[in-house]
Amino acid sequence: MLESVLLTIATAATPLLIAAIGELVAERSGVLNLGVEGMMIMGAVTGFSVSLLSGSAWLGVVAAIVVGAAFALLFGFLTLTLVTNQVATGLALTLFGLGVSGMIGESFVGQPGMRLGVVDIPVLSDLPVVGRLVFGQDPLFYLSLLLTAGVAYFLFGTRAGLMLRAVGDNPASAHAQGISVIGIRYLAVMFGGACAGLAGAYLSLVYTPQWVENMTAGRGWIALALVVFASWRPWRVIAGAYLFGGVTIGQLHAQAIGVAIPSQMLSSLPYVATIVVLVVISQNRRLTMMNTPASLGRPFVPDR
Amino acid sequence: MRIELVKRPQSSPLFSALSPFLALLLTLFAGAVMFLFLGKNPLEALYFFFIDPLLETWSLHELMVKAAPLILIGVGLSVCYLSNNWNIGAEGQFIVGAIAGSILPVMFPGFQTWIVLPLMLLMGVLGGAAYAAIPAFLKARFNTNEILVSLMLVYVAELFLDWLVRGPWRNPEGYNFPETRNFHDFAVLPEIWPDAGRAHWGIIFAIAAALVLWFVLSRTLKGIEVKVVGQSPRAGRFGGFSRARMVIFAFLVSGALAGLAGISEVSGAIGQLRPAISPGYGFTAIIVAFLGRLNPLGIIAAGFVLALSYLGGEAAQISIGVTDKTARAFQGMLLFFVLACDCLIHYRIRLTRTVAARSTEAPAGHA
Amino acid sequence: MDATLGNRAKALLDVRGLTKVFGALKACDSVDLTIGKGEIHALLGENGAGKSTFVKMLFGALEPTGGTIYWKDQPVAISSPGEARGLGIGMVFQHFSLFDALTAAENIMLALNDPAPLATIAARAEELSHTYGLPLDPHAHVGDLSVGERQRIEITRCLLQDPELIILDEPTSVLTPQEADKLFETLEKLRSEGRSILYISHRLEEVKQLCDGATVLRQGRVVAHCDPRKETTSSLARMMVGDEVPHVDREKPAAAREALLAVRGLSREASHPFAVPLSDINLEVHAGEILGIAGVAGNGQGEFFEAVSGEVLQERANIIQICGKDAGRKDISGRRLMSAAFVPEERLGHAAAPQMTLSQNLLLSRYRTDALAFLARLGVVRGRAVGEATKRVVSTMDVRKSTPDPEATALSGGNLQKFVIGRELDRAPQVMVVNQPTWGVDAGAAVRIRQALVDLAKNGSAVLVISQDLDELFEICDSIAVMHGGRISAPIPVGEATYEEIGLLMGGSEPGQNPRPPVEVV
Repeated sequence: MLESVLLTIATAATPLLIAAIGELVAERSGVLNLGVEGMMIMGAVTGFSVSLLSGSAWLGVVAAIVVGAAFALLFGFLTLTLVTNQVATGLALTLFGLGVSGMIGESFVGQPGMRLGVVDIPVLSDLPVVGRLVFGQDPLFYLSLLLTAGVAYFLFGTRAGLMLRAVGDNPASAHAQGISVIGIRYLAVMFGGACAGLAGAYLSLVYTPQWVENMTAGRGWIALALVVFASWRPWRVIAGAYLFGGVTIGQLHAQAIGVAIPSQMLSSLPYVATIVVLVVISQNRRLTMMNTPASLGRPFVPDR
Repeated sequence: MRIELVKRPQSSPLFSALSPFLALLLTLFAGAVMFLFLGKNPLEALYFFFIDPLLETWSLHELMVKAAPLILIGVGLSVCYLSNNWNIGAEGQFIVGAIAGSILPVMFPGFQTWIVLPLMLLMGVLGGAAYAAIPAFLKARFNTNEILVSLMLVYVAELFLDWLVRGPWRNPEGYNFPETRNFHDFAVLPEIWPDAGRAHWGIIFAIAAALVLWFVLSRTLKGIEVKVVGQSPRAGRFGGFSRARMVIFAFLVSGALAGLAGISEVSGAIGQLRPAISPGYGFTAIIVAFLGRLNPLGIIAAGFVLALSYLGGEAAQISIGVTDKTARAFQGMLLFFVLACDCLIHYRIRLTRTVAARSTEAPAGHA
Repeated sequence: MDATLGNRAKALLDVRGLTKVFGALKACDSVDLTIGKGEIHALLGENGAGKSTFVKMLFGALEPTGGTIYWKDQPVAISSPGEARGLGIGMVFQHFSLFDALTAAENIMLALNDPAPLATIAARAEELSHTYGLPLDPHAHVGDLSVGERQRIEITRCLLQDPELIILDEPTSVLTPQEADKLFETLEKLRSEGRSILYISHRLEEVKQLCDGATVLRQGRVVAHCDPRKETTSSLARMMVGDEVPHVDREKPAAAREALLAVRGLSREASHPFAVPLSDINLEVHAGEILGIAGVAGNGQGEFFEAVSGEVLQERANIIQICGKDAGRKDISGRRLMSAAFVPEERLGHAAAPQMTLSQNLLLSRYRTDALAFLARLGVVRGRAVGEATKRVVSTMDVRKSTPDPEATALSGGNLQKFVIGRELDRAPQVMVVNQPTWGVDAGAAVRIRQALVDLAKNGSAVLVISQDLDELFEICDSIAVMHGGRISAPIPVGEATYEEIGLLMGGSEPGQNPRPPVEVV
């Protein structure tokens, strides 16, 4: 019982973690992309349909990453090249993604999908309790942890990461130093999109291998909240993602065992939890101010 | 080649006026390309989408039915967005307004006099405003991100409505369908020309609200306050305007109007509560607000355009067999083009060749 | 080219006809400039003369419209700061160049084309900074440092690249006179090592003291090449400004009358991580008096202005008194109603909303004091009355604009500053508080603004001027106090004050230490 609960928590947390880590990189460069939900749902529909049509779940994953990045590129073109308002453009991306995914996915509704297999390391995965948990998860679970470690190393251990943080802190100085602000922001935004696409594919290939319209159900938004929760620090995103995974799975189990609370109330728990977490975090103004990338959401137009 | 923006010394009034039309044209063009890919005749598809619904009286009435909530919510959102408050939870405020407004006809069906309808509208307004007050209060008091809070509250409102109509408010004579009892006659928002079609008083509320807000925003000190606080918070504080009060004001106005839209929709167009009472009006109204350039008069026009896209989606599904989801894709695309075209208001766009060795060039060289 | 420069050494940098056009504006118009090896060369000019544009092109941060740059007699195209550094050109910026959220060492690392790890770079930076007398802590976050410390990081960063030409953009504008002297020692050491320096300034005394050659810019054009040591400050000033610089007329003040503005025991905690706390500030400004507050940027001037203006309230009402009445619990509108007026440092985005028209901006600070004239019932704006007041301000202060009621952002800095000051003067306030009245403003506008403040005091108002510009304070004030680290010293009557004394206070020390000959007033 406990093992299976922990397992499902990991599956609920992994897409949040992947999407939030991608958005964290974009926000560290100073770009607020509120289109995570849209890119994620596009990843979900792409992953589902491509794997179904090609017969390869991995091809679906790759396609979802590409589509997520392509959507992010669209966002980048508007906000970085045409300096449109980042908040409004992110909303547009979400609305567009929800619309297009519904259109593409209509013919796939109700079809059984592909499932990405689990990694099964013999012997080790048969260990009691921790066996399946540590050695028998799906490959994207391991990837999500690697991704977090990689992003943490990149941001704080490499010169390129330093440049990215510099761009997010003060684009005008970065430009004067000869750093290509717009170029770095494009790459960061596209990385965020690729991650959101991957997270979407996780939903439709691992979490619930089927296509349901609006199946992301606000997870893209929760990922955005997680970035704030983590105060833009990669390792803290893991804590946040597993906290939310726990809430999601906890309420599902409560529904299953028939707790005398209406299921709708339980289903709204993750959303309410998000609000509570945001309020708690925002009360500590010093923490938020110290860590928020100073240019977050502000457009930059270089002099030429 | 590379795109380069040159800041205009002053925003261009010409492009302020032109940009929504340019965006519409581009959307139509992109739509035609999309239909081509779907294997449809693009001209025929666009005809069914955007012209056909305008040809019959009943469907003009439907247009007004759909435009009413879009305009009501859109003008409220314009106050929010002008003051830099990102309320994206109007869908939730719409739902809560509808629920609050439905208390009387659902819980007290025996109470039937003329006062019921005004009370319902008032309660809808209060319900929407109260629900919008949550993100507003959290932003004003704790600086909590209003975008995420207002959006999370949409999901909460949807689930709450779902619980109500399947649980305590389910129609006792309704064969277990998830819906409330039908509103009695005193609880129904009347139609304007009952013989001609379904258009109800909601559209009149919408146009009245737009006119009032247009006056406030363009002619009064409050309008200046909204814009100053939105564009330049420090200048607003220097003027003695309170950011916190503005947060509350903007959210209450937009929440109230979304709530009014919600109860008008339920008592005018639907006649009962159901699990789904909105085809995403609260989100589409965001597009309406931007297409109308955050100007209430422009929003009236924009509301009709987006309402047409809903009708067009339905019409195209019946006549040429494309899914009505294309309407949502169209709407998202429209917002992209609107935002992109707004760029022309503040910048001139110039295409330049990529940088070559240039400091050795003559003064007349390229810039 | 100047013969005196030619025989010193062969030219390191030779710029011919460098031009930059922004839209209709020629920011640099065919500028020629030559710097020899081991020369400190001054680039002189008023604000807006094109100095910054010129050096940004030299450093590859801006793309020239035309002209040629010769580096060691070879024509070069400098298309990025990286290329400039590759040639051996280093730059110390006046603004926008450090990253607050990063440490000093990280800031330095970003500018170096050096794959060495952070620890190595930090160690080298520390060592080099001590060699040149610029001590710094490589692990400190830049956001926590003072302006002077930031400048040391910039200079160290520049020196680590072993440049042959160092460009310094207005380096002393943020320093106390004593800090500036230290900087000059560093620069002399660099010159003795054979490095060349392009020194951008509008301070003539220091240019005469330090530089071997000078190029003077006016409205984007070179008006003179000269040897500053053979010129007088007034001849240099004439080259910069054109005609003889107009002076502010000021009469001796009458004996002090009643205090119209009083600050009693004002303290304030830091409201955010980078803010300066204020502690126990006391001062009085009397009718007819101009009190100046000198100080290096970032010592609490902004925080002090917010507290006095009422953008931030005090705990007790009697901490701020305006015209003898308690104002500490009133907001900015309440204080305006008590006949006080305020002009903050930032013109765009604080004193005025950029995208709003001048008449809307007029209303911004006067909708309460002039409610009867400007507002009808229900808050409806009386457009005609506001428009007339705007016209009045525009004509009194000679605000130049291209359309009848332009957006604030369309005005030049000097014209917008004249407008936001004139907007308050038009009310004839009893108390006027101005932060940096002429920062970044051209000479003509500066004189007009100073004269207007002097005239206001002459008519019996109390004026408090916060400024980093000591010349300005000595020109218009009756007495000068100094702000340092969130405290304000006792005011010194201007007749008794010296630059040295004020400079020491700005550096945080007590008067009487570290004697230094006073610099002549220009």
